[in-house]
Amino acid sequence: MSQSFDDISAQLKGRHRRSARLKWISMGSLGLAGLFLVLFFADMLNKGLPAFQQAYVQVELDYNEDAQRMGRAAMDREIAPLVSRSFERLIPGMIRDNPDLLGTTEQRWVLANSEVDQYLKGHRNQLNEAEQAAIDELVDSGQVALKFNTTFFTNGDSKMAERAGILSAVVGTILTMLVTLAIAFPIGVMTALYLEEFAPDNRLTQLIEININNLAAIPSILFGLLGLAIFINFFGVPRSSPLVGGMTLALMTLPVIIIATRTALRSVPDSIRHAAFGVGCSRWQVVRDHVLPLAMPGIMTGSIIGLAQAMGETAPLIIVGMVAFIPDVSASFTQAATVLPAQVFTWAGEPERAFVEKTAGGILVLLSILIFLNATAVILRKKFERRW
Amino acid sequence: MQTNQLLALFSGAVLLLGLVAFFLGRAKAARVRAEGTAMVAQPDQYAWFAVLATAGPALVVSAVGAFLMLMLGAEIPTPYLLAASLVVAAAGLLVGMMQVRPDFHARQAIERVIRWILVAAAMISIFTTFGILFSIVFEALRFFQMHSFWEFITGTVWNPGASFLAAAGRGDEASSAAQFGSVPLFAGTFMITGIAMLVAIPIGLLSAIYMSEFAPSRVRTLAKPTLEVLAGIPTVVYGFFAAITVAPIIVNVAGFLGLDASFNNAVAPGVVMGIMIIPFISSLSDDVINSVPDSMRQGSLALGMTKGETIRDVVIPAALPGIISASLLAVSRALGETMIVVMAAGMRPNLTANPLEDMTTVTVRIVAALTGDLEFESAETLSAFALGLVLFAVTLSLNLVSVIMIRRFRDKYRVNNL
Repeated sequence: MSQSFDDISAQLKGRHRRSARLKWISMGSLGLAGLFLVLFFADMLNKGLPAFQQAYVQVELDYNEDAQRMGRAAMDREIAPLVSRSFERLIPGMIRDNPDLLGTTEQRWVLANSEVDQYLKGHRNQLNEAEQAAIDELVDSGQVALKFNTTFFTNGDSKMAERAGILSAVVGTILTMLVTLAIAFPIGVMTALYLEEFAPDNRLTQLIEININNLAAIPSILFGLLGLAIFINFFGVPRSSPLVGGMTLALMTLPVIIIATRTALRSVPDSIRHAAFGVGCSRWQVVRDHVLPLAMPGIMTGSIIGLAQAMGETAPLIIVGMVAFIPDVSASFTQAATVLPAQVFTWAGEPERAFVEKTAGGILVLLSILIFLNATAVILRKKFERRW
Repeated sequence: MQTNQLLALFSGAVLLLGLVAFFLGRAKAARVRAEGTAMVAQPDQYAWFAVLATAGPALVVSAVGAFLMLMLGAEIPTPYLLAASLVVAAAGLLVGMMQVRPDFHARQAIERVIRWILVAAAMISIFTTFGILFSIVFEALRFFQMHSFWEFITGTVWNPGASFLAAAGRGDEASSAAQFGSVPLFAGTFMITGIAMLVAIPIGLLSAIYMSEFAPSRVRTLAKPTLEVLAGIPTVVYGFFAAITVAPIIVNVAGFLGLDASFNNAVAPGVVMGIMIIPFISSLSDDVINSVPDSMRQGSLALGMTKGETIRDVVIPAALPGIISASLLAVSRALGETMIVVMAAGMRPNLTANPLEDMTTVTVRIVAALTGDLEFESAETLSAFALGLVLFAVTLSLNLVSVIMIRRFRDKYRVNNL
């Protein structure tokens, strides 16, 4: 007992201070993680929201003889440089399809090119000062304005930033997810049913279980290598198609669905099974009529989460060629297609400044879909979750 | 197009036969029952058995035929194969009808078939693993026939540059130029993974400690799903974030400190990957820390330890196997991560210890080798599979070690929810 009370209480104070420090540090790191999240979303919104607006120019179109060959001739010489070249190219076709137009004039709001668009949004652009002043004047007179960007939602990919849209990627995503779900959901549920309700506890079952846990942790890019070597090179599934992409993603989603389904099946109490056996049901009847319906909300939740995960996956799809340039929307399972994350990847590689905005806009659409899916899963779980 | 129509016709015919089997079977069973004979199964069960007997063998025959054509290159004209399947279906229909007898256990027969279908579904996950393994090993072996394994593992120069010439039959012009030494790629991979772990392990672990030991339950229920959002963001989005937002910040900060940083530096993808991995570590560590028995905390507190000391000296050491297991899983995740490094790290293989220089990773080279316009047979394309094989082996062993660690923890404290 050499230490006095003062020593001990001083020591104690230090120990409590250290304890409090751990609390603050750990709280701070949680806060830091939260801060990352906030910064990330703020940055994406800041970069992506302008993509939903697009500069339009009001032009007086004069469908004269020259415009039949060169669209630019239909427009006022001063305004023509502001208009997207993609629109100029349409004019001769419009006259050809509708010869009555020849000789008439028309006021129309048309797409401006991406330089004007970037200037109006205050971003870096290649316009000189005289051009900028001219645009300012047109803005004041109401002939140039930012409007809601419908093109972004109704067009496929384009090399001209102002015409590039996400529609072909959205259609590709839907097709790919249909294939993924059609393969992964039944196989996943059947596997889980077998493992939980039917399988004897033997070597094979253990092998399957270890294997599923393992598959869940294999890097996604290796599934791409599988898709390339087996589906494309061996079975001859068309490259870049939603079919091969969906099959590859299905194998990747399978473990997620299996694990979720097993958890859902396990949470159905045994008393239900015993009661059903007790009234003379066979094993399959017990599963089909009692266990499966009760586990269904959990299975759905797990499948939606798995689907959301597959929807954001890019690496295996790049390997099976789903980063193609798809300007037209084609609703076919066997033709080349692209998906939203792959579209984001393609745009991120474009050097033009205007594409940064498109990329972030595509990301916002993708994130909204994923948040919607996950929220659906959470609500489904909250609504149907039963405590036994 | 013609095959598609044939297939549609075939499916239609099988469907029709199935329907016929169902209604004929049920009618026959109902008739037998109406005559007053006791039957061991319900009419519907006989009907379903007839459907199975009709469609099952037919589908198996056509699948086996397709398999033979693909695997062994057997020349079977598709129309003949499908016609044969239909004949089998008709025979199956006959057998199914004959089996509608009072002493036939139709339900048991159906359930046996269902059980086999379930087994087949369960086998698909095994086939997937073997598929990955075989596809990678096969192509990797072809690569190692062209370039030695030893050179691949120990070489420090990755220069696939002219290998396409070799594939084009002009090997003598270029054979000396192509070098496949994977050391710089793995150095880059481990550098970026290391940076990611430096970010993810402290933040993830401390967040887990806060959530499980200090936080009021309301904060906990809010914080956990919020952190999970980080894991749910697609990696391509993180890649864009790293390349467009984080990399310039790092270049500016390095410039401010008087250092020269590349825009494709290793820090940006590393940090962003670390952020992505935080929830992997925090979520699993949180579960592990929560399942350390309370009696240990109570014992420690009763001895006069402060809360901080209890956590540091009792809870964390007890949870250590689980925490290590979580970290190993996170490492394996970071090694295989593709999009962030493809978008934010460099393309140039670079053996350096300076994280501010650009360097490339294994996954970047896999993507680069497989997205170019190269012939599939070229050494560069095949090198992707060799790299994939190493990646597979490394992540597989990390996962296995992680599983063993967590199992040890589970056995020690008898917790079942991990």
